[in-house]
Amino acid sequence: MRNVLTIAGREFRSIFTSPVAYVVLTGFLLLGGWFFFNLVARFNLLLSMYSSFQQMGDAVERLNLNDFVLAPLLQNLAVILVILVPMITMRSFAEEKRTGTYELLLTSPVGTGQIVLGKFLGAAGFITIMVGLTGIYGLILVAYGNPEIGVLLSGYLGLLLLALAFVAVGLFASSLTENQIIAAVTGLVMLLLLFVISWPADAAGETFGAVLRYVSVTEHFGEMVQGIIDTKSLVYFASMVAGWMFLTQRSVESVRWR
Amino acid sequence: MIEVHELTKRYGDRLAVNAVSFTAQNGEILGFLGPNGAGKSTTMRMLTGFLPPSAGTARVAGFDVIRQSDDVRRRIGYLPENPPLYPEMTVRSYLTFVARLKGLPRARVPGACDEAIERMGLTEVSRRLLGHLSKGFKQRVGLAQALVHEPEVLVLDEPTIGLDPRQIIEIRSLIRGLSGNRTVILSTHILPEVSQLCDKVVIINEGRVVCEDSRENLTRESSLEEVFLRLITADAAEPAPGAGQPSAGV
Repeated sequence: MRNVLTIAGREFRSIFTSPVAYVVLTGFLLLGGWFFFNLVARFNLLLSMYSSFQQMGDAVERLNLNDFVLAPLLQNLAVILVILVPMITMRSFAEEKRTGTYELLLTSPVGTGQIVLGKFLGAAGFITIMVGLTGIYGLILVAYGNPEIGVLLSGYLGLLLLALAFVAVGLFASSLTENQIIAAVTGLVMLLLLFVISWPADAAGETFGAVLRYVSVTEHFGEMVQGIIDTKSLVYFASMVAGWMFLTQRSVESVRWR
Repeated sequence: MIEVHELTKRYGDRLAVNAVSFTAQNGEILGFLGPNGAGKSTTMRMLTGFLPPSAGTARVAGFDVIRQSDDVRRRIGYLPENPPLYPEMTVRSYLTFVARLKGLPRARVPGACDEAIERMGLTEVSRRLLGHLSKGFKQRVGLAQALVHEPEVLVLDEPTIGLDPRQIIEIRSLIRGLSGNRTVILSTHILPEVSQLCDKVVIINEGRVVCEDSRENLTRESSLEEVFLRLITADAAEPAPGAGQPSAGV
């Protein structure tokens, strides 16, 4: 465990000393703020429009911050994470292979599993801060409005779990190559696929459709945004992280098979 | 102490290292000599546990490199051909990281770093970023990370490559000071380096050991250059096994 923390600590600090991290963080918060501003402005417009027509009284009842601001905001942030998480994870293994520090890691009395876990924790720490900072939008809603707190927390938990699963996928992509660009593109393509894999589900027949829906990140994330924390979703995210980390460990270990 | 027995590494069809055997005692500096591409780095990578051998065994400080890999890794210091440095770290934080990674008890980490910094003459740059150091200092930090955990065996892959003459002299004297009770194995293709530093010489060509002897024995009759060239070219001229030359003059 000490080895894991040593590696995780170095990884975390190294992310924060690279300019990439600040660019990604700024971009993420800038886009997030833009979405939040627009969603709130639209909500305001809808509210004033609906309440000016008396006969639409029940429509005003159905307007709420959770469905009209928070849910679309979290969905949009998830899409941005598809693009930005690979930018953070692309360095982790690729850079070490290129500069030769990989040899130091792999000749130290540390297991490959510990290396992968350490790297995951380091990147996960950064991503958690990144997602955590978007909590400000939730806080603003709570301060000036009355969203359902439970649904809000469930949605943010979903976003965090989604981001952690993305980190595991990104690490795997990075472990395949010594080129950071290739690592980023591979990670991005894999994440996009995970995001849209359920699209043919309706046409794919009952069994296969259900499989596609279960594999897709969007389905589980969508449920959590609506406030449904199902064990099925938690198991899904946990197995995503564990599964991709296992594959990463295999990929790191494979240097020794050649 | 290092004992290598019939160590072999195969990449597909290509034999990179072919049944290499040699030994090095404690307190000895062994020069691992050979032309580029002879298999020096591959052999060293097998000793340090970076690559698994295809066949053969090697024991480092009494532990088998395959079955007791972790014990070996704790007792070996390794400087790869390119010093494995993280450019965004300072010298001190980097050495602290390596010391922890090598399994040094937490309480001994700061002391070990101080000692490595002092020994390698890095005191004035200990707060600088590794990426901003000159090549000579980088090489010294590379040496410092190899010995920060006081290993019994040091494996140095071309430690003086790419340095200017003054830096080469500095690094050589540092290496000489390191040997003490340790086993040091250093690879090089610079012959004077061997004459100045090493007690023992192993010459390797095309993956095979063509000579293992003490430096004094080797250089008794002719210069190391002549011995080296003779061995390398004789080896290349040798007929391939099974080529069917009944009694070629040996």
